Amino acid sequence: MLAVVDYDAGNLRSITHGLRLAGVDVVITSDPALVRSATAIVVPGVGAASDTMRNLEQRGLVPAILESIESGKPFLGVCMGMQVLLTYSEEGGLHNCLNVLPGVVSRLPEGVKVPHMGWNQVRHQGNHPLFTGIPSGANFYFVHSFYPNPSSTSDVLALTEHGITFPSVIGQGLVMGTQFHPEKSGNWGLRLLRNFVEICREAA
Amino acid sequence: MLTPRIIVCLDVARGKVIRGTKFSADREVGDPITLAAEYNHQGADELVFYDITASAEGRSLFIDVLERCAEQLFIPLTVGGGVRTPDEVKRLLRAGADKVSVNTQAVANPSLIHESAQRFGSQCIVLSMDILHQGDHYCVVTHGGRQRTDLDAVDWAKRGVELGAGEIVVNSIDADGTKEGYALSITRQIAEAVPVPVVASGGAGKPEDFYTILVEGRADAALAAGVFHYGELTVPQVKDYLKHRGLSVRLDIAGLQQGEEN
Repeated sequence: MLAVVDYDAGNLRSITHGLRLAGVDVVITSDPALVRSATAIVVPGVGAASDTMRNLEQRGLVPAILESIESGKPFLGVCMGMQVLLTYSEEGGLHNCLNVLPGVVSRLPEGVKVPHMGWNQVRHQGNHPLFTGIPSGANFYFVHSFYPNPSSTSDVLALTEHGITFPSVIGQGLVMGTQFHPEKSGNWGLRLLRNFVEICREAA
Repeated sequence: MLTPRIIVCLDVARGKVIRGTKFSADREVGDPITLAAEYNHQGADELVFYDITASAEGRSLFIDVLERCAEQLFIPLTVGGGVRTPDEVKRLLRAGADKVSVNTQAVANPSLIHESAQRFGSQCIVLSMDILHQGDHYCVVTHGGRQRTDLDAVDWAKRGVELGAGEIVVNSIDADGTKEGYALSITRQIAEAVPVPVVASGGAGKPEDFYTILVEGRADAALAAGVFHYGELTVPQVKDYLKHRGLSVRLDIAGLQQGEEN
């Protein structure tokens, strides 16, 4: 069973159904015990980093998520659910995040439209199983003003351009995160979710 | 690089998609889920559901439509129509909307933009403005085009962004339904005046209209309804034309050989 973590972050329907289409049992939950008992975790999300961290902390979800990652269970973070993996975010002042992947979340530069909203190309850095069957350069749907910048280049799995070239997929081992929304990215997005489910099956 | 978005708008009343010209002459055209799935298949980059009843009963039907769409469609959904409070914004987001647009109520009560953006993030708050050519400028109109205000369109767009709107929809009442092209100069003025994406709306009739508003009008996205609903144009026709004119457009798996994207 895969847990989609619900911390009051808006639309969970699309990601839940996208994962179910991949043939996996999904529970939407804000209960730390259920998160601990899940075989894999997906943290979706929009909004601000500080609110996301506060919402996760208030529900006692931070230790549950960290224990699950430490025990080697697959993790997929989407947008804000990915950004909280880094050490801290510069959104609205400095805010500590989970520090699972060392690095910082910074604002996109001036001179381009922010939020970065729409479909943009995702260029693979290497052959990660998350990209099986998806061509490098396929378009995915983005909506964000801040981007992840991991300290280690080996944690960067794909790049996208909007004013600057920024990491749009990051990860280390079974911890993965996308800046775009696979659940809103048409068939390529559904394929990426299916690939994550496949990674979970192999890890089990 | 971002690809320009082609957005299809579905006006929903009592659970059905309706289309009118210049905000009048309602005419039923079909089931929203069926139409939404068809546009998804055609490669629409985003769908807008606009609740044109916004009565309590109409809103419940609308929420039901939205929930079912969000479970079946995997592209961005924006919703609007009669949104009055941040709690209503939340209800629509929970039902499956990715973005919520505010219009008349934001003019009456600009804090609706600010409070909603604070609670849910600017990225999901869209300021939709209906505008009318008047003398040497464009003024903002409300209540579906029936009521004029003193607000200048460019000023209101800038103010909306200051309050927290993450996207602006510029809907020309003059151009709406004419099929003679989008309102070019005002869309460009607004697109150059604000740092957030701008969506042009009203007046699409032929593929060139999309190209013109995206390139000369500097719009980030072009929205249309009627030309698509009546089959006068399809989304692939528009995208093929844009691609032919040198713009990069999004193609999905259904429409391309593997590796052909870009």
